[in-house]
Amino acid sequence: MRKVLMKGNEAIGEAAIRAGCLNYFAYPITPQSEVAEYLSHRMPEVGGVFLQGESEVAVGYMIFGASGCGERVFTTSSSPGISLMSEAISYIASAQCPAVFVNIIRGGPGLGGILPSQGDYFQATKGGGHGDYRLLVMAPASVQEAVEMVMEAFPLAEKYRNPVMILGDGLIGQMMEPVEFPEHLSSKPTNKDDWATTGMDTRKSDKPNVVKTLFLDAKVLNNLNLTLKAKYDRMKKEEVRYEPYNIDSDYKVLIVSYGTMSRVCKTAVDNLKEEGFEVGMIRPQTLFPFPETAINEAAGKKSCKTVVSIEMSMGQMVEDVERSVLGKRPVEWYGKCGGEVPTPEEVMEVLREFGK
Amino acid sequence: MGKTFEKPEALSDAHTHYCPGCTHGIIHRLVAEVIDELGVRKRTVGIAPVGCAVLAYNYFTCDFQEAAHGRAPAMATGIKRVRPDLIVFTYQGDGDLASIGMGEIIHAANRGEKFVTIFVNNAVYGMTGGQMAPTTMPGQRTTTSPAGRNVEEVGMPIKVANLLAALQTPAYITRQSVLKPKHIIQAKKAIKKAFTYQIEKKCFSLVEVISTCPTNWGLTPVESIKWAEETLLPYYELGELKTPE
Repeated sequence: MRKVLMKGNEAIGEAAIRAGCLNYFAYPITPQSEVAEYLSHRMPEVGGVFLQGESEVAVGYMIFGASGCGERVFTTSSSPGISLMSEAISYIASAQCPAVFVNIIRGGPGLGGILPSQGDYFQATKGGGHGDYRLLVMAPASVQEAVEMVMEAFPLAEKYRNPVMILGDGLIGQMMEPVEFPEHLSSKPTNKDDWATTGMDTRKSDKPNVVKTLFLDAKVLNNLNLTLKAKYDRMKKEEVRYEPYNIDSDYKVLIVSYGTMSRVCKTAVDNLKEEGFEVGMIRPQTLFPFPETAINEAAGKKSCKTVVSIEMSMGQMVEDVERSVLGKRPVEWYGKCGGEVPTPEEVMEVLREFGK
Repeated sequence: MGKTFEKPEALSDAHTHYCPGCTHGIIHRLVAEVIDELGVRKRTVGIAPVGCAVLAYNYFTCDFQEAAHGRAPAMATGIKRVRPDLIVFTYQGDGDLASIGMGEIIHAANRGEKFVTIFVNNAVYGMTGGQMAPTTMPGQRTTTSPAGRNVEEVGMPIKVANLLAALQTPAYITRQSVLKPKHIIQAKKAIKKAFTYQIEKKCFSLVEVISTCPTNWGLTPVESIKWAEETLLPYYELGELKTPE
């Protein structure tokens, strides 16, 4: 298929349609409103559903209702909106329904700003909503990767019957890049007859399906949480994705960085290589599950003196990096958040310092 | 002689957890009878609220989803938009719908979502133990208004059906009760009308049902009926507030 030049937000909307998702509910919020604007005309063209809800709270439950009756469905929002949807996300995880949430992160906390940030790392990977649940979190570093991850997110959500989150910063949503929509990533929704409220006359069994999250019996609730944990453990085994960069060199410093930030880091790694200063990088593509083993092994390389987490947040992913390195090497942090993306020069300066 | 009375197919054999004298059982039965009479059980999805009816899915024999507190109309919207062929109803109490879920019900009604809301109003929070609701009457004692609802501080009780009837979008909005047999007959007619409008893809419907809560009112079931008739009905007037025609 030929490449087209598209804005990240619009490409994300188109990718969902190409993946076979024809249901979209959303509430406008900068910097991702273009997804809703795009789908407001595109969904009717393909016979799909577009609805602008009255709030992110309501949209969260429109997603829950639609996914509970077995339909592929997704929404997009940005940080404060995801906070409001987090209630529903907890319920959807508990009810074990598949759904896809895209968060085009803006600066926080509070209203924060509308420029790119990675400040929602904790919210995405450690909870956001209440209770023991996890999201499968994918972090694209380009518009092309955002397209592919959105397309892969639907079958993954159905495989695990769990919400999947695409965590992109504002730049991923706002920038234009050439993209192509891989046809092999289109997939048909799975059969949901044994749990979804599809209406009894669509199924062979005469048993009503109930989508619920209330389990008053302590043993039953404990068992549900064990079932959920087993799914998250399986994700850790089967879904870890990362990209190693300059990892065959004798690097003195190992960077862990994701999303837009990792692209700046790549330039810094290339520039420092010319100076004769080797830096390696692991770019997590899934933030949960986190590439713990890859980072641990890369940190253990003899030449490596320091590991540094470079993120557009005030030291969030660094906790997972520490957890992965397990004390093998000192773990440092560098980041900025407010909307300004650190420049390659700034990153190089920091790396030279850590490399001393 | 044939059978003259039996349990609707849309009701399960489970014993309900409702308190003695509670009117939820009557309202469940009316909804189930209507589902049976219209022959839509196998394509119906009910939405349980948070409140006393949270376990409603144990008592009906159709598909069910359980919402978070107040969010049933948003959930019903999600279902109805992606599967317009399904028959969807929400079953909500006054704490759920008139307090935390006020935003969702107003917008669902205003969009003209083609589902039915059964709104059970007994002027108090039931499940959480008798706290004041937006529908609690002036002077009514509850566990969070021990001296009685003070309207100077918290305003007058909200007339939900009247509020929704004021929207410009066509809808079927009615207030019924199940205090006396004649009320029950009327309430069933209203519920059937609401489901029929949905089957005809006509409009959003809300059937408010004035009910009792002997446990949290601190009254016997018989006293509760009397109190509801004397206190609730003069304020929450029964009747059709809006029809789509």
